[in-house]
Amino acid sequence: MPLIRRKKPNEPSKTSASDSKTPSEEEEDSNNKEHQKKPISGRAQEKPGSKPKWSCIDSCCWFVGCICIAWWVLLFLYNAMPAYVPQYVTEAITGPLPDPPGVKLKKEGLKVKHPVVFVPGIVTAGLELWEGHQCADGLFRKRLWGGTFGEVYKRPLCWVEHMSLHNETGLDPPGIRVRPVSGLVAADYFAPGYFVWAVLMANLARIGYEEKTMYMASYDWRLSFQNTEVRDQTLSRMKTNIELMVATNGGNKAVIIPHSMGVLYFLHFMKWVEEPAPMGGGGGPDWCAKHIKAVMNIGGPFLGVPKAVAGLFSAEARDIAVARAIAPGFLENDIFSLQTLQHVMRMSRTWDSTMSMIPRGGDTIWGGLDWAPEEGYIPSTRRQRNNDTNNGCQDGIENEVSQRESVKYGRIISFGKDVAEAHSSDIERIEFRDAVKGRSVANNTCRDVWTEYHEMGYGGIKAVAEYKLYTAGSILDLLHFVAPKMMERGSAHFSYGIADNLDDPKYKHYKYWSNPLETRLPNAPEMEIFSMYGVGIPTERAYVYKLSPAAECYIPFQIDTSADGEDEDSCLKDGVYTVDGDETVPVLSAGFMCAKAWRGKTRFNPSGSRTYIREYYHSPPANLLEGRGTQSGAHVDIMGNFALIEDLMRVAAGATGEELGGDQVYSDIFKWSKKINLSL
Amino acid sequence: MALIVRFRKLCFVEPVRFQSYESQKCEKKEEIVAPPTKNGLEINKKKTKRGPRELSCIDYCCWMIGYLCTIWWLLFFLYHCLPATLLGFQVPESPGTRLKREGLIAQHPVVLVPGFVTGGLELWEGKPCAEGLFRKRLWGGTFSEMFKRSLCWLDHLILHNETGLDPPGVRVRAVPGLAAADYFASGYFVWAVLIENLAKIGYEGKNLFMAAYDWRLSFQNTEIRDQALTRLKSKIELMYVTNGYKKVVVVPHSMGAIYFLHFLKWVELSPLMGGGSGPGWCSKHIKAIMNIGPTFLGSPKMVTSILTTEGKDVARFRAMLSGVLDSELLGIQTVEHVLRVSRTWDSTVSLLPKGGETIWGNLDWFPEEGQVCVCSKKRSLLTSTNDNSTDVKGGLQVKESNKYGRIVSFGKSASQLPSSELPSFDTKEFFGLHMDKNSGSSCGQVWTEYDVINRESIRKFAENKAFTAATVFDLLRFVAPKMMQRAESQFSHGIADNLDDPKYEHYIYWSNPLETRLPDAPDMEIYCLYGVGVPTERSYVLKISPADRCKSIPFRIDTSVDGEEGSCLKNGVYLVDGDESVPALSAGFMCAKGWKGRTRFNPFGSRTYIREYQHKPSSSLLEGRTTESGSHVDVLGNYAFIEDVLRVAAGATGAEIGGDRIHSDILKMSEKINLQL
Repeated sequence: MPLIRRKKPNEPSKTSASDSKTPSEEEEDSNNKEHQKKPISGRAQEKPGSKPKWSCIDSCCWFVGCICIAWWVLLFLYNAMPAYVPQYVTEAITGPLPDPPGVKLKKEGLKVKHPVVFVPGIVTAGLELWEGHQCADGLFRKRLWGGTFGEVYKRPLCWVEHMSLHNETGLDPPGIRVRPVSGLVAADYFAPGYFVWAVLMANLARIGYEEKTMYMASYDWRLSFQNTEVRDQTLSRMKTNIELMVATNGGNKAVIIPHSMGVLYFLHFMKWVEEPAPMGGGGGPDWCAKHIKAVMNIGGPFLGVPKAVAGLFSAEARDIAVARAIAPGFLENDIFSLQTLQHVMRMSRTWDSTMSMIPRGGDTIWGGLDWAPEEGYIPSTRRQRNNDTNNGCQDGIENEVSQRESVKYGRIISFGKDVAEAHSSDIERIEFRDAVKGRSVANNTCRDVWTEYHEMGYGGIKAVAEYKLYTAGSILDLLHFVAPKMMERGSAHFSYGIADNLDDPKYKHYKYWSNPLETRLPNAPEMEIFSMYGVGIPTERAYVYKLSPAAECYIPFQIDTSADGEDEDSCLKDGVYTVDGDETVPVLSAGFMCAKAWRGKTRFNPSGSRTYIREYYHSPPANLLEGRGTQSGAHVDIMGNFALIEDLMRVAAGATGEELGGDQVYSDIFKWSKKINLSL
Repeated sequence: MALIVRFRKLCFVEPVRFQSYESQKCEKKEEIVAPPTKNGLEINKKKTKRGPRELSCIDYCCWMIGYLCTIWWLLFFLYHCLPATLLGFQVPESPGTRLKREGLIAQHPVVLVPGFVTGGLELWEGKPCAEGLFRKRLWGGTFSEMFKRSLCWLDHLILHNETGLDPPGVRVRAVPGLAAADYFASGYFVWAVLIENLAKIGYEGKNLFMAAYDWRLSFQNTEIRDQALTRLKSKIELMYVTNGYKKVVVVPHSMGAIYFLHFLKWVELSPLMGGGSGPGWCSKHIKAIMNIGPTFLGSPKMVTSILTTEGKDVARFRAMLSGVLDSELLGIQTVEHVLRVSRTWDSTVSLLPKGGETIWGNLDWFPEEGQVCVCSKKRSLLTSTNDNSTDVKGGLQVKESNKYGRIVSFGKSASQLPSSELPSFDTKEFFGLHMDKNSGSSCGQVWTEYDVINRESIRKFAENKAFTAATVFDLLRFVAPKMMQRAESQFSHGIADNLDDPKYEHYIYWSNPLETRLPDAPDMEIYCLYGVGVPTERSYVLKISPADRCKSIPFRIDTSVDGEEGSCLKNGVYLVDGDESVPALSAGFMCAKGWKGRTRFNPFGSRTYIREYQHKPSSSLLEGRTTESGSHVDVLGNYAFIEDVLRVAAGATGAEIGGDRIHSDILKMSEKINLQL
């Protein structure tokens, strides 16, 4: 940039130069005029009097021009740069990158065999607008969810309005149709640059997969599972597509890869497809056996996630709670009439699917007031890899005994830290279920943001706080109490219990289909079920709550971020108890079914489909250049984990679970499962 | 965006010029200034003092760029702040909104079948040069790769020379879903307007499906490679079931019409040859086929595009900038490369004129006889409104000299002489000739089949001859033997004498409406919807390419040939009525005559309707592609067409939307065609 270098020293002397103008210069000026016509005339418009002087505006323009030129030059250089340079730089810094699994396995001679079906999870798939209100003009077939999220910033209220569902039916509100994006583009990237399925697809393509052998079963993740069939016939389409792919690929059965909530969705599908026609798909009792080779669940919240409770209860999870603590008042700011959280809550409470993730199995699975399967949890990092830096819960085996007493994971929500740690007999609890909900006094001050909390009034809120401790079982009652409408809608579609007798005809109803504890696996002894998930990341398991200070217009509860454990490595951090998991789903939820409930021939798995657990130990990316890492175990980033991709590809190319190496376990999942007393 | 780019160029060029000029000046100035100041130090001082002042030309440039940028941004910002209504366009209400108010709602699922070229293609596996393009569009979208690495791009779009399938190591596949052909390039809609209007009356992903296929392949190969037909069948069945057992409405465009014809035949045949659904499938699943701008009988445009890769537009462009396209200096050889690639696409052959001389006319006779030339008619309509009598006369005058039947003629005289004066030819005599090879060594790497053929023989073969729709195949076979051999095992272009002949069970006949029967579906309606009123290429005057270098293509359109004022001959191309790509004859004949009533091609009497849309050019540039356009692709945004589709999709029958609506002479023309029915 010689321009800049030469220019800089001169600026101050400019005025003097133009002041002391010699006649010869003036002559030249007139000579120059021809070539400088544009600038001069432009300047003349602005400042008719002082022609050759540089004003502030001129300097600004000059500056902008310089920057523009510099930018263009850089852009040009960047575009002209051969493609291998960035990779070369990265390799120089981090050492040679490992071959992506696609390349490696292609060298081994793996080829496309079984068609592959992806079932995306909650939130990660795109939604687009098909019909909207006036304010959404010009957004036809544009993504409302996923992509750049440009509309969230441009017209947030309009966006919230379109993303919400009808409060009572859980379907479209009148005049609005938002539909899932179809095809592989639905969830390859969530936002530009943030991959979800793209890495897996790219690797599968290397061994010969293409659009005809890959299918993204995208569905509207806001709806309850049965409603996706009622509104969009999504389940029927999925069935037809799987049949079609199996037929056009020489009868090779499909490999299903559901992720996150997709796991539950596919569980629902497997039951639906074999049920007779009016309620189900009418595929006959051996449909799954005929069409499915393996179900490879990635990060599946089989038994729900505690995070969903916090999300429904106060629209916040650990991240939001921390943000709230750092910048108090910002999220609740009334001045900008933002009320962000309230809006988010109002919107997300209309989404039935969030209720599919409420912890299932009650106290039997998640533990009671004084008991939890994870009791005495020591981060597996400590025991297996002693040299690893430990971001887990406890400091070591010495502390184990003392800590064991204090961490009571069974209490998913407790009001106050002291309550969370005290023994159950010491706590006085007041029954909240019959408490009278007082009318809130000044409802009109709360603007148009309506959440069900306004109907509870002080009395109800107080009653909730008085009960103090909630386990997985009583959480349901709590949610029924604070959000009756939502739960009424939800309980028509989902069930959270444990079946005593699976032969009971009531279990034919679709609301039980997505609960692995209240439904049987299909009769498909050849079918393999994998539970694949990341471990080694602290995952939310239980919360310490407090009453929100300004309890009227706001959401009355919030996570007590001041509640911290005694020392650095405590499991309690910012009011959240964490256990091992993949950041979203605790190990227990992801692994229990495959570790115990479906292992061998049980009443949940009468035909004895084989199950495998594949855990992937999380190791964070070494530096920023690596992006999201190739060994990550985090809930979404695991989709780029090379070990996971390799496993998926081997199975897709024909390998069985045994050939992969059977179970691969780092966590205490088997120990914990043993503690759970469930009749099988 | 284009403006920005242009503007950026402007900015880039200017500074350089100024700088060099100015720096010369600066030196001069110093010389002038130096003599009076005797002290060297003083000079130095002056220099340092002055340097900035004199360099300020650069500053000025920066300043100017900044100035313009700022203004540009400001205007841009203001433009965005303006509410759309302020811009003053009174956009006519879209048919979707209007029909919704009338109470129409989505009834029948709709299947869209895109045509030639308009569907997107994406890369699934490529050579190293295409690194980073995985699942990016090679065809459609921005076409940015075409400019960045054009040779690589061509390498991936080409198909295998012999099989007509993927070349080894390259997998390019059709983009699936509605995104395949809603917009061809950004801002250039294809189906988007129709989709938007369908959505207004309640259509969405579950009852709207785009049957995207790889349009480069022959139709049967789309099934062999991608199972495209099987998927289409399963999609239609699914939509039929999930939408309450309502039959589908199919809307094929352009080549999609014959693709779907192929599908109709395929789906009912036994599993060995076809889809194995048995007779009755079409009648059970399909309510109506609304062909828009169908190329049932082919398009003469394809003949020249195979011979010379040029249509009317390219030819004129070439005439204007002679040498640029053929420039060897840059090593571009654009046309040759395009020829090489497009000749591997089997589907082009499906668009060659079908039916031979019976349909397209022979040396002396043609069905458009007596038709007033469109271009002259239009012009006189514009200038004099009620001068009809002279207008017709003018048309009749022209008529005498036009011989549309001669699809390709070499030299203007050959195109106009009575047939008795034309030199007769004997194809067999020539087929021995082209074996003696040209010295192909000097011909670079761009290999087209032309290199194998002796120039001299081409000259002998072609000189002063005229070719009809039947004999033009001899010409094609002569100049492109390999391609025709490959493609003719996929497509047939004749007329069946006896449809019961078992040979017509073979798939090469399925996409030719003159060699196949419509399925047993008496309730199925067939529409021929197309634009008229746009001059459409019908026959060509070619010349032997002057530069007989080995690399060049030996023929090109003789753009110097023009008829008299008001003639249909323009720049070497004879024009007739049509939609710019497909003559009305090709689009309308089957519905007007070939399938009308119970004929041997339509033994079960499916009803047919013709709906023509008169082309109205946009009155101003601001309007863009109008809502009343009749040209081949723009007609998809024609509101009358959209309304027809919406009404049928919402349950109306052909009679209810008004039956036939004809502006052209299609009925007269069809009458003249002597085809046994």
